[in-house]
Amino acid sequence: MTSSDAFISIRNVNKFFGGFQAIDDVSMDIGKGEFFSLLGASGCGKTTLLRMLAGFESTSSGEILIDGQPTADVPPHHRPVNMVFQSYAIFPHLNVRDNIAYGLRKQRLPKAKRQEMVEEMLDLIKLPGYGTRKANELSGGQRQRIALARALILRPKVLLLDEPLGALDKQLREQMQLELRALQRQVGITFVFVTHDQEEALTLSDRIAVMSGGKVLQVDTPHGLYEAPRTREVASFIGNMNFFPATVRRNGASAGAVETEGLGTIPVPLDILTKPDGAPVQVALRPEKFALSDTRPDGALAVQARLSTSAYLGERSHHYVTIDGREEPVAVSTPNLHRLAGDDAGTGAPVWLSWTPESIVILDAE
Amino acid sequence: MSDGTYIRRPNRPLQIYAVIFLIVLYVPVLFIPMFSFNDSIYVRFPLQGFTLQWYGELWTREPVWNALWNSVKVGLVVSVISTVLGVVAARAITRYRIPGKGTMVTFIMMPLVIPGIIFGVALLVLLSRMGVPLSLYTVGLGHLIICLPFGVATLLPRFEGFDPSMEEASADLGENGWWTFWRVTFPMVFPGVVASLLLTFTISFDEFIMAFFLTGTDPTLPMYIWGQLRFPQEFPSVLALSALILFVSFFLVFVAQRLGRAGLDNGNT
Ligand SMILES: Nc1ncnc2c1ncn2[C@@H]1O[C@H](COP(=O)(O)OP(=O)(O)O)[C@@H](O)[C@H]1O
Ligand SMILES: [Mg+2]
Repeated sequence: MTSSDAFISIRNVNKFFGGFQAIDDVSMDIGKGEFFSLLGASGCGKTTLLRMLAGFESTSSGEILIDGQPTADVPPHHRPVNMVFQSYAIFPHLNVRDNIAYGLRKQRLPKAKRQEMVEEMLDLIKLPGYGTRKANELSGGQRQRIALARALILRPKVLLLDEPLGALDKQLREQMQLELRALQRQVGITFVFVTHDQEEALTLSDRIAVMSGGKVLQVDTPHGLYEAPRTREVASFIGNMNFFPATVRRNGASAGAVETEGLGTIPVPLDILTKPDGAPVQVALRPEKFALSDTRPDGALAVQARLSTSAYLGERSHHYVTIDGREEPVAVSTPNLHRLAGDDAGTGAPVWLSWTPESIVILDAE
Repeated sequence: MSDGTYIRRPNRPLQIYAVIFLIVLYVPVLFIPMFSFNDSIYVRFPLQGFTLQWYGELWTREPVWNALWNSVKVGLVVSVISTVLGVVAARAITRYRIPGKGTMVTFIMMPLVIPGIIFGVALLVLLSRMGVPLSLYTVGLGHLIICLPFGVATLLPRFEGFDPSMEEASADLGENGWWTFWRVTFPMVFPGVVASLLLTFTISFDEFIMAFFLTGTDPTLPMYIWGQLRFPQEFPSVLALSALILFVSFFLVFVAQRLGRAGLDNGNT
């Protein structure tokens, strides 16, 4: 993303609550129409950052531009953004229709037009005919949709969502994820979505900012975060990862390799080796990048290992194998492509652990 | 004990205690309406027969109407002011991080436990030092001190059970503070406001001690009753008046209690 098509620009933003720093020098750009997620553990500052976009918290330093406009002096009720609150904040004294139409007062529309817009929204969120329901007659999922409709009816430039699916049960959550993604494509509004659920972020987002302790660790596409994490923290936050201490080996200008503890020497293209010869690095490999076999596979890189434990999970099986030169077992995840009957190797059985050089990620040493 | 859980099962001694408690509390009070219908100027058994004479006499008596009007005026002003201040105080207490908040709440609630006579004397000394003449205004001031904690106590639970993100949602949807207050905050706390108005009005209307110290030439209704107690022949009318005040007060407080809790029990999220 270049900063010219940035729709929201967050520049060197810090936020202090008293002496406590909740946001630590965050800079990033969010594009128009993007589904952008803030992902991180509870307490890492996601809500604080979102509330700064909405105008409920000021920035201690740095600036936030929305659609090219500085926002420092703009109060929440004048910002072209709307928010779906974690608690949904459905007004209990109003029915569904009046909740959805709440923000339309200032537009001074004829009653019929307003009615029509509300009906349109009810259709969009798949709750037609719910206009006269009272707020306390709604389920969690319905409240969530009403909150969405109440914000979307104002055609905001940006919709902010603070863990909107956190209060729903698993099945409803998965359904709402699909609907939310479809809805965002349909209305074409920029979504900034807060979640602590990495799977949810990966499923929904165009891009994700991974946060920790008030800092943004990496901003990337789901694919980029998963396949090319830049730090060990990101790598282990998104999915599982095996880490192997390693050393860079450069053989002149033609070939490069990393010499690992446990996986031997792995040849790598020179252009991904940024460190000089002899520099310590880490090699990271996701469990599903490994394969297990009884015989040494042709062509692939492989080492002899012993099966420590196996767990059958339906689609996949998870295994831990131990290899020479490494105390910690290696996590391996294999697809159950064939229906096998009782040929699971027992504990301690010798197997071959193999992988391809393309699947490794090289990270800075700790 | 076939029905009810461990916590809810009926507790016989507790029920008996509650009944005795209510009898001891209310039987003496019930003598007042009973004797107010008694056809005798003496308050003693046996009852002499039923009459509405004492109520009729009240109706025709000018000073009673004056005293009633004085009490209503003071009660209305005091209830409105203490409820408005109560709304402001309850909102401040629940919304903002104020240093020393707990101490502040304690001080607001203090008049509940300080004897009225102390406040009455203190105010009387202060006002006479400042040369303020005693009038219905000074009575109102005294009543305000007594009523404010009741207003705050009635309104606080309303504001406490109120998700702050409601007001943020309103701001987010484009309304400024003024409109947010009238479209969200006020409707949500409205039952509490009505409850506070009724309760503080009743307390002011019934109040005697402050009025005793701070009344000028215009008596409130309780002061008028106090004045009439010197005349034995007036006693039955006093009983009739007391009975009326009793029923009105009971009704108002009952309504206030119901309203104060309305919507708090069933998922006011
Ligand atoms: N108004 C506030 N005053 C003081 N500390 C706050 C305030 N809001 C948030 N914090 C602190 O800032 C940190 C980040 O909070 P938050 O943004 O809510 O995290 P998240 O949404 O990622 O769980 C937390 O440690 C929280 O306690
Ligand atoms: Mg949060």
